[in-house]
Amino acid sequence: MLKVLKSGLYTTIQDSGRFGYRDNGVPVSGVMDTNTVYKINTLLENDVNDSVLEITMTGPTLQFGKDTYISLGGAKFEVTLNNIPVENYKLLKIMAGDILSYGRLQKGFRAYIAIKNGFQSKEILGSRSYYSAITPYIVIKDNFEIPYIKNSKFEPKITSLKTNSLLDETELYVAKGPEFSLLNDRQLEQIFFREFNIAPENNRMAYQLKQTIDGHKVSMLTSATLPGTVQFTPAGKLIVLMKDGQTTGGYPRIIQLTDKAISILSQKKSGDIVNFKLM
Amino acid sequence: MKNYFITIKPFGTHAVLIEWPDKVEENILDDILTFSNYLNEHCLTNKVYELVPAYNSLTVILRNETINFVAFKKQLLAWYNTKSEAKKIQKYLWRFPVCYDDDFGIDLNDVAAALNKTKEEIIALHTSTAYTVYGIGFLPGFMYLGGLSKALEIPRRETPRLKVLKGAVGLAGKQTGVYPQQSPGGWNIIGNCSVPIFNTKNENPCLVKVGDKVQFYQISKASYDLTKIESEVGIYKPEKIKIDA
Repeated sequence: MLKVLKSGLYTTIQDSGRFGYRDNGVPVSGVMDTNTVYKINTLLENDVNDSVLEITMTGPTLQFGKDTYISLGGAKFEVTLNNIPVENYKLLKIMAGDILSYGRLQKGFRAYIAIKNGFQSKEILGSRSYYSAITPYIVIKDNFEIPYIKNSKFEPKITSLKTNSLLDETELYVAKGPEFSLLNDRQLEQIFFREFNIAPENNRMAYQLKQTIDGHKVSMLTSATLPGTVQFTPAGKLIVLMKDGQTTGGYPRIIQLTDKAISILSQKKSGDIVNFKLM
Repeated sequence: MKNYFITIKPFGTHAVLIEWPDKVEENILDDILTFSNYLNEHCLTNKVYELVPAYNSLTVILRNETINFVAFKKQLLAWYNTKSEAKKIQKYLWRFPVCYDDDFGIDLNDVAAALNKTKEEIIALHTSTAYTVYGIGFLPGFMYLGGLSKALEIPRRETPRLKVLKGAVGLAGKQTGVYPQQSPGGWNIIGNCSVPIFNTKNENPCLVKVGDKVQFYQISKASYDLTKIESEVGIYKPEKIKIDA
């Protein structure tokens, strides 16, 4: 078991998501920064669907109950293993009793801990991803014990990755959304030639943007939305739906973020700057 | 069944959006569901995909593939034109118990006053219609219901509540619906449905499917308490009646 000594601000178990229930209104969920998790699961030679811990802004303190291997990635924190500093994108050997402790956040917003073979918490509707209406918990709590498989003789092909971190990226590549044609020249200029700050209203469901553009009076029938869909409210607010985002909505879907852009955005916090670029 | 003029648009790199004429009509919904069923049974069998029907649209999402839009659009149009051989899906009329007592119908007095009716008239109107489920989304198990009586149209509350109970039955604009979980909300609450429409313990967690119909009937507080307990332990099954195609 992995014992949670301190849970951190908003730490959850996430995998590649809950697929197949969107017509029941169930969001896909899963890791926000797919790009990072793909890398650290690869380093551990895990399956792409193996679950990880997603850490937000303030990290946890964790004690391992048995030997294993882990890899960290995403946001840059001051992290120690038994009080010795450790880095992202390295394979770390863990012995029973080791303590992993997160300190100050230096860059980015969400960090990840991948473990050999993934965390073995209960799957609900085909996924381990936490989501309020589906899983019994929304976040992990102090004294939680999270199961994992003991592994003391893993012979990795590689032990570290040189990564081009996306943490400094601010450009979000987008495709035209289904209602893109509603935008007039002025609104296009406002979207593609200006910068936006992340609003305080940002979480796993959606990121709102602080600046508004000219609004509209279009009313449309409710239709499907996806992670990365940018909704355009009548008041001119832009809302980027993320992994826990609602499955349907009634606002025009003007642009659609690429998967990489979703990963970039998931590392942004309130006040950070982004801009959109049409593919 | 006649074919509609449908449009197909790219929706990111893993999904396409198929749209029917921009109207709320049962014939359109039927055509969407027939096509969705045809795709399920004959077309997408070797793919990992999801289909999301809602009002006048069907969204096709592929899990792992990047879609070649031009080729996929052509393929979808060809499938649409051959879909006539698809069999119809069985639809159900669900009857859900609702307690409209003051404990639950916390806005019922205000609604009655605003619409110039008695509480009994509001309840009679609300329970007289079999509503059509035009979509499920927003929250797990939230049904978009069509067919509300014009006499029950009332704007949403000026100030949303931070906490609306699970099962709360509300009115807002042309819509009525049931909150599947406790959540914030701005609808006028007139009762509470004792049967959970969404339950992760079931293989199909949402009882109701798009295209089904839902009718509410009034129950007492005592009956509410009983059916709620029976639902929680899994011995209460809400009444469902086959709708002939």
